[in-house]
Amino acid sequence: MKDFWKRFRYNRGAVIGLVILAIVIATAIAAPFIFPQSPWKMVQRPFLPPFTQGGLPLGTDALGRDVLSGLAHGAYVSLLVGLVSTIVALAIGVPVGAFAGYFVGRTDDALMRFTEFFQTIPSFALAIVLLAIFQPSLTYVIIAIAVVSWPPVARLVRGEVLSLRTREFVEAATLSGLGNVQIILRHILPNALPSIIVLASLMVAQAILLESSLSFLGLGDPNIMSWGYMIGAARTVIRTAWWLSFLPGMAILLTVLALNLIGEGLNDALNPRLTRKSE
Amino acid sequence: MSLLSIRDLAIALPGGADRRYAAKDINFDLAAGEILCIVGESGSGKSMSANAVMGLLPEGVNAVGGTITFDGQDILGLSEQQMMALRGRRISMIFQEPLSALNPLMRVGAQIAEVFEAHGELVGSERRARALTLLKEVGIPDPESAIRAYPFQLSGGQRQRVMIAMALALEPEILIADEPTTALDVTTQAQILELIEDLRRSRGMAVIFITHDFGVVADIADRVIVMQTGTIVETGTADEVLLKPQHPYTRALIDAIPRLTRHDEVAPIDRKTVLTVEGLNKTFSTSSGTFFGKRRVVKAVQDVSFELYSGETIGIVGESGSGKSTVGRCLVRLINPDTGRVMVDGADIAHMSGADLRDQRRKMQMIFQDPFSSLNPRARVSRILTEGLIAHNVPIADAMVKARALLEMVGLDPSAMGRFPHEFSGGQRQRIGIARALALDPSIIIADEAVSALDVSIQAQVLDLLADLKTRLNLSMLFITHDLRVAARICDRIIVMQKGRIVEVGPTGKVLHDPDTAYTRSLLDAIPGQDYERALAKAE
Repeated sequence: MKDFWKRFRYNRGAVIGLVILAIVIATAIAAPFIFPQSPWKMVQRPFLPPFTQGGLPLGTDALGRDVLSGLAHGAYVSLLVGLVSTIVALAIGVPVGAFAGYFVGRTDDALMRFTEFFQTIPSFALAIVLLAIFQPSLTYVIIAIAVVSWPPVARLVRGEVLSLRTREFVEAATLSGLGNVQIILRHILPNALPSIIVLASLMVAQAILLESSLSFLGLGDPNIMSWGYMIGAARTVIRTAWWLSFLPGMAILLTVLALNLIGEGLNDALNPRLTRKSE
Repeated sequence: MSLLSIRDLAIALPGGADRRYAAKDINFDLAAGEILCIVGESGSGKSMSANAVMGLLPEGVNAVGGTITFDGQDILGLSEQQMMALRGRRISMIFQEPLSALNPLMRVGAQIAEVFEAHGELVGSERRARALTLLKEVGIPDPESAIRAYPFQLSGGQRQRVMIAMALALEPEILIADEPTTALDVTTQAQILELIEDLRRSRGMAVIFITHDFGVVADIADRVIVMQTGTIVETGTADEVLLKPQHPYTRALIDAIPRLTRHDEVAPIDRKTVLTVEGLNKTFSTSSGTFFGKRRVVKAVQDVSFELYSGETIGIVGESGSGKSTVGRCLVRLINPDTGRVMVDGADIAHMSGADLRDQRRKMQMIFQDPFSSLNPRARVSRILTEGLIAHNVPIADAMVKARALLEMVGLDPSAMGRFPHEFSGGQRQRIGIARALALDPSIIIADEAVSALDVSIQAQVLDLLADLKTRLNLSMLFITHDLRVAARICDRIIVMQKGRIVEVGPTGKVLHDPDTAYTRSLLDAIPGQDYERALAKAE
């Protein structure tokens, strides 16, 4: 663990990413306390530019709502969607990949054709279709994002399992009389974990982007203030009040960047031999 | 006047390593036309010293003191540009694993021609002609077609010959060979050693030969340097060092060499059969080949039958590709045999499945070759040793008691229970692997090249441990190995395999000293260091 932290710190970008993410998380947690009022509530005249009125440092939007409050509450939504949909995607992708890689042959063929079926449809289009069928609530947004983002997980896990299953310690476990599921859970997946963690950190970023895009198109949950919704709502006034699109855009950019930096740092720290030539 | 002279060389390791210097106080000279062997176990700094001569130390490792004088110049003071001119042209190197040292996507001829290109010598057609001459010189069969081959199309020995051809391209004065025969079969090894010897004679080239094998040393060395943990402990002519070793470490290494002659004849066996193998067959084939390629079929095991008696050790020997490992894996059903019967206690393991297979498999456990990949890096020793027992419904507390007893039995401290595999040395890991194999109280142990990855001194200890356990626990053992000297030390009977078939079976003494088949004889003749062994036997 100490080594892990040492190697993680070696990558300066990763540490910066971690700091940004920590700020975003803190904001998300603190939002209901700092801005107890609903972010939808109109508080001032519309189109108040930033830094012109005390108490509203980032001004108001087209309906007179507090932009800073919207950003803070939006942070919570983005992180929630990112995390939960990634967990759901892992819950689908890891077992599919593990079974395909471990049992090979027919099982592998069947599971991989099923995975490819999802991969051949552009993921964003599929998410839109799913949300058009279901009601656009937060739960369905999360499900839609998870459904379009699990195939890469399955592919990655399958590859890892394929190479791990022929290792001698797995053969030894087979000889010891362990069942297939035990071998997968106790011997194979723990050794595939580093790659899965790295991929998961990048998937959170991807999910936040997807959620923002869906909200921008008006397919998000209409009762929840999210960064994508804010940009979507400010789109028509971009020439007169550009900051209304710019500020949530920056929030998305920084969060996604932070997650990508962290992913890279995790990769360095968890797979040291792959990324650096020698100690 | 020596060609190369090294004085007080010190190579520092980066901070945090287990010692400060990879090598220290290195002093030696190399004369033209001389073969100097550097011997030592892994981690002794023998490769680092040679890499320093080539200016090829890994990142973070630096020569911090001393001089390496080649032809009147101090190499350590040269710039990278000057080094590049030296490398390949005047000093060149061959490596242990020719497959990873060659570019897999380039034809052999092009790779040799590239050496001339890198040094701006000759022009296109001349380069090709020279490459062909070189391939002829290193004795590749059919050089005209080999020059157009890709590395994967050649055998291990042929690849090593290509590496040597590349190293010789610019007629260097010094050839550094870093364990060039370790990855090769014994017969191929003998051919490569002969080739190096010939080239030395015909070209007057000096050779620094790095190895851990005293047999090889005895066959080719003029002078020998013995290294231990970064320092030279003994140096002298081959006869001095090998027959009258002064340093206790050298003596210990020489004592640890497994010898063909050292064998105790066993009493004729009239014990009960524990394992009967009848007509075992296994054929591997690629599922459909590539678009145009033919379907490739390899008959890995053909009609193998034998019986293993209680308390007996059978050695299965053969070159790589002889099917000896496949036999071992078929017996425990890590590979499913196509046809044949594997009878243990009256039950046929080859046609079982599910719970029956699990129960029967308990009786036959395996020790693996690679002590690094055979233990799950993310599992503690306690889990490695107990999970088989737990899977067979032994209560956890009992399993833990048993695991501690097993650790003691293989000579490890029970405090090892809470540690991870990476905290142990190769020999200790192999002991853990043995303990795991014994956890389920098997009656048969299959050891697949169980000591091949270990240094000689550790190898001797592990072999002693296995022999001791075998008698104490009344085990029967199948010992799969490519090394006849190891087989001689531990086996009662020997099975010789070639291309998937058994070519000879017999008591160890008979097979090793009076073989019936020419193939076994050729294997025996290829063992390095036989003259030396006879000399040693006479001296004793």
